[in-house]
Amino acid sequence: MSDLMKVSSNPHIRSKATTGSIMGAVVLSLLPATFFGVYNFGLHALLLILVTVASAVLTEYIYELLMKKRVTVYDLSATVTGLLLALNLPPGAPLWIGVVGSVFAILVVKMLFGGLGQNFMNPALGARCFLLISFTSIMTNFDCDAYTGATPLTALKAGETVNVMDMIVGHTGGTIGETSMVALVMGACLLILLDIIDLRIPGSYIVSFVIFLVLFGGRGFDSAYLSAQLAGGGLMLGAFFMATDYVTRPITKKGQYVFGIFLGIMTGIFRLFAPGAEGVSYAIILGNLLVPLIEKVTLPKAFGKGGEKA
Amino acid sequence: MARLTFTGGIHPYDGKDLSKDKPMKAILPKGDLVYPMSQHIGAPAVPVVAKGDRVLTGQKIAEAGGFVSAPIYATVSGTVKVIEPRRVVTGDMVNCIVVENDGLYEEVDYGPCRQLEEMTKEEIVGKIREAGIVGMGGAGFPTHVKLSPKEPEKIEYVIANCAECEPYLTSDYRRMLEEPEKIVAGMKVILRLFDRAKGILAVEDNKPDCIEALKKLVKDEPDIQVKALQTKYPQGAERQLIYATTGRAINSSMLPADAGCIVDNVDTIVAINQAVRENKPLMHRIVTVTGDAVADPRNFIVRIGTNYHELIEEAGGFKTEPEKIVSGGPMMGFALFGLDVPTTKTSSALLCMTRDEVARYTPGPCINCGRCVEVCPGRVLPSKLADFAEHGEEEKFLAYHGMECCECGCCSYICPAKRPLTQEIKSMRKMQLAKKKK
Repeated sequence: MSDLMKVSSNPHIRSKATTGSIMGAVVLSLLPATFFGVYNFGLHALLLILVTVASAVLTEYIYELLMKKRVTVYDLSATVTGLLLALNLPPGAPLWIGVVGSVFAILVVKMLFGGLGQNFMNPALGARCFLLISFTSIMTNFDCDAYTGATPLTALKAGETVNVMDMIVGHTGGTIGETSMVALVMGACLLILLDIIDLRIPGSYIVSFVIFLVLFGGRGFDSAYLSAQLAGGGLMLGAFFMATDYVTRPITKKGQYVFGIFLGIMTGIFRLFAPGAEGVSYAIILGNLLVPLIEKVTLPKAFGKGGEKA
Repeated sequence: MARLTFTGGIHPYDGKDLSKDKPMKAILPKGDLVYPMSQHIGAPAVPVVAKGDRVLTGQKIAEAGGFVSAPIYATVSGTVKVIEPRRVVTGDMVNCIVVENDGLYEEVDYGPCRQLEEMTKEEIVGKIREAGIVGMGGAGFPTHVKLSPKEPEKIEYVIANCAECEPYLTSDYRRMLEEPEKIVAGMKVILRLFDRAKGILAVEDNKPDCIEALKKLVKDEPDIQVKALQTKYPQGAERQLIYATTGRAINSSMLPADAGCIVDNVDTIVAINQAVRENKPLMHRIVTVTGDAVADPRNFIVRIGTNYHELIEEAGGFKTEPEKIVSGGPMMGFALFGLDVPTTKTSSALLCMTRDEVARYTPGPCINCGRCVEVCPGRVLPSKLADFAEHGEEEKFLAYHGMECCECGCCSYICPAKRPLTQEIKSMRKMQLAKKKK
């Protein structure tokens, strides 16, 4: 036996979860919504998803090669970004939209700010908002082979009646991944079971959103209206998969409640009082910007200084 | 009733099955015995023997170097070979007395001993100080200092730390199973010092056999009770233990006595019992020799000063080449450069692992997942503190309660990016503590 052993500071054991395994679990939990999107919208949606994910991963890979940095695509975070972005695109969007969005998400929002963990904004959402502003007509055109006309949320805002059951299952127009509440909630349950996320953010987000609607929606406690609002648009996708993005949500427990409530109120304001029908993306991005402040004011008290209760 | 515990903590693989079912075995040293002068927190001990002196088992070879210090005793009979700096478990070179064992084990006469009931409190604490007893759970804080709080009448609980929450360690477990009476007897000694105090034997609930054995012993003792704690690391950390058993929370700048508590580890309590009732100084301790590299893992009753090589030999040597050897548990122990170091008063275990999990992973960037925050028993933000420490942002480190970290290692264990959070925070804390002293 050699007398020089491996040494390191304590602790000497590590848990099994890695960044890659966590990101892998997120991809897995997005698959129900992905499959439903492809089933609902057809082959072009599948192509768009593949192109978007591939360009996200490639952008990160090439950037790291050029910058002579350690290649980190194996941690699957670029895959998650690409997939989330794809699920946020209209099914009929041209493939180059996916490429442009991915390059923006990875290059501008993520890598230029220092790569994984350093971005202050959810890359997929940052890219979505960039696309919405730059290519408004493409990004708001939800016509495709399967569906034409307004999305349920737009119809709802215009005062028309919508089929709530179709919205819950997902047989409606919208972005590729947002339409099926059932598929999204299945994925969310998986994330919760695997201990990747907890209900602090999605719970406070959805509850405060509902309360906001009841108070200011002008329809009181109208369950059909509320269900349509919950199932419509990007709320489920946003609440469970994007507001919970580790990097861009507060790390303090109290801060996560504050963050969720803020998102609920902002989404309510955007949906009720802004010209557009949707508001999840902008609400989350605004919330992202507030994270440093939220963390600062919700700094937990240390054990023995009054902060010992859970 | 909710299970007694604290918030945070982790459930690592506990590895206790390797060694828990074999009885403790007393072993005799073969080679030289090495006694570092610093085996405790506080001033180093001062040698009172010289090269060439003959010493007997139980003879004092170094006296306390101050109030916060502890004397050291020879654990064999033999000749003082040399007094020189030698490598110890922490990797430091420390002045050591080396004794050549003559194999005769001639003992000093420990003298007559009075009944516990006849002794004064001062006499009891004096005996504990003279016996060189320090916290044997790992910290090595001189026990007589702990037992001399400013206001002894305010002590309400004496807590025996029988949690043994470190993975792989089973020495306290074997002690509780094989000699529970010594723990109860030691607890009675400590309770003599504090008139108002009640004794609590705090055991994690993964040791139901120990809980039962202890409960049987104290069923006629109104002042001592056994409490079962939820099994979770670091349940045996002093502050978490006090919180779980009494609901009182202290921060890093407070002492257990501030919450009316005194906490002592199992082995320490047994040593106290022996010192007060038999006049015997601290000479032995139980060491768990374990890990998947060891042929026959088990607990040994070891004479302090015995070389670690001999412990491995007694455990049947290595069945597989170890990649990493840790003195202590996997969460808070010291990784060793080599085995040529002596057993000290605080050596709780020798853990030999065939695989070093730390070296297997390359640390990646923090993804802010918050797992470290979830598990932190100190309720601080480890990822932020490590970041501040890495960038030398001392003010922020202090403002975010960096000094409240107890260095338990939960954050590094749980981190999916495999960042050495504990290490970063530890170095910054060390720096800050050193600054305070100036």
